[in-house]
Amino acid sequence: MSSRSTTSSALTLTLGLAALVALGTTVALGLSLPQTVEQAHYSKLIAIHPGLAWASYVSFGVTAVASALWLLPRTRSRTWDLIAGSAAELGVLFTALTLVTGSIWGRPTWGVWWVWDARLTLSALMLALYLGYLALRRVPGDPDVTARRSAVAALLAVLVVPVNHFAVEWWRTLHQGRSLAQMTPQDDLDGEFIGAMLVGFLAMTLVFCWLLVHRYRVARLEADVEDEALDVALAERRREAERV
Amino acid sequence: MWRDAALVAGRDLRLELRSRVGMNQVAPFAVLVLVLFAFALDTEGGVLQRTAPGLFWVAVLLSALLAIQRSAGLDAPDGVRDALRLSGLDPAGVFLGKVAAVAVQLAALEVLLGVGVVVLYDVELGGLWTLLATAVTATVGLAAAGTLYGVLAAGLRVRETLLPLLLLPVVAPVLIAATRASEAALEGVALDVAPADWLRLLVVFAVIYVAFGVAAYGPLLEEA
Repeated sequence: MSSRSTTSSALTLTLGLAALVALGTTVALGLSLPQTVEQAHYSKLIAIHPGLAWASYVSFGVTAVASALWLLPRTRSRTWDLIAGSAAELGVLFTALTLVTGSIWGRPTWGVWWVWDARLTLSALMLALYLGYLALRRVPGDPDVTARRSAVAALLAVLVVPVNHFAVEWWRTLHQGRSLAQMTPQDDLDGEFIGAMLVGFLAMTLVFCWLLVHRYRVARLEADVEDEALDVALAERRREAERV
Repeated sequence: MWRDAALVAGRDLRLELRSRVGMNQVAPFAVLVLVLFAFALDTEGGVLQRTAPGLFWVAVLLSALLAIQRSAGLDAPDGVRDALRLSGLDPAGVFLGKVAAVAVQLAALEVLLGVGVVVLYDVELGGLWTLLATAVTATVGLAAAGTLYGVLAAGLRVRETLLPLLLLPVVAPVLIAATRASEAALEGVALDVAPADWLRLLVVFAVIYVAFGVAAYGPLLEEA
């Protein structure tokens, strides 16, 4: 078993502080944004909502890359499997938060909590996809078998995202275009809104990295405990055999 | 590979024919779903006619879940999976064979449900070639994705509950595309995207899953 019983280190301390500072700045910038005519206070959600969505994409990207690295025989290691699982959990969290903040914004602005718009639908489908992936991971079994099934499922999920994207895009389109495509100042979005949004991107990325390191270390400790439990059980059986 | 595929498809279909699970359980279930939709929705005012393509494909999806569980379940008992592995059959062939067997069953279900929709929902068929192309591409995609997820969840005690959760979000584009293409075929509804685009999406979906399955089925079979 690892000698460490804590998941914090100089790295997580630095990341955590940086994430906290960036989050604080995002909140301050977001709250200081002016009200807009159509959206009143709710336009301030731009500071966090696109950032959360971005963080969910980063999470699922990390899951996909880590799964691919596990599947390649040359780079196969338990580490990649644990990272993939940890990132997917964070991705589900960020996707859920994206949907929640989007709903909070949509209710006053669009007049409804939910619309069957392409992006909302895609986010909901991604949430379901990765909930399934996490459910598959949770099924108890041999770590190697679970890792292989999970890695294949993660790659399949990534493959299906573009297909889902086109399906729902053609099906319904109401959501405004991509946030980053509206970044030319004075055009669609004012400079201070862009600034708050970009700080939000940075803050959510830092929060993701920070949580990922912690979650990975917890996963590693869990795996160590499981391995150790197996070793202890084996040793006990051996002692029993020697006594006979 | 093709010979192995034909062998496996023949075995699965023979088992189905002899056990009659598909005919005695899955088919009545599919028709029952159509009847339940009629209970849930207004039978007056043409609601059923207008929503028939969507209801048809939802009924296909739900029955497909049963057919896929069944297809994956065929290999579960008596170490059949080990036997398959030791038989020297090409894993890609085994995959294609299972896909073909599921696809044949789904096609039969679709014919039955098609008749059901015409009789129970009073739908007039039109655009038969588009309907046929939609059915073929959607069926291959569903069968390939289902077989792949079936082996992914194989051997797990929670297979029955896990498979729908894994499979349904994945086949959402099939439901959307097949429904829209069928709608367009039936009434020539004005769509943003012509049925050809939806058909292309169905083809892409089918190609992705068949290709992935051919590549990944072997390793997955070994671990199951």
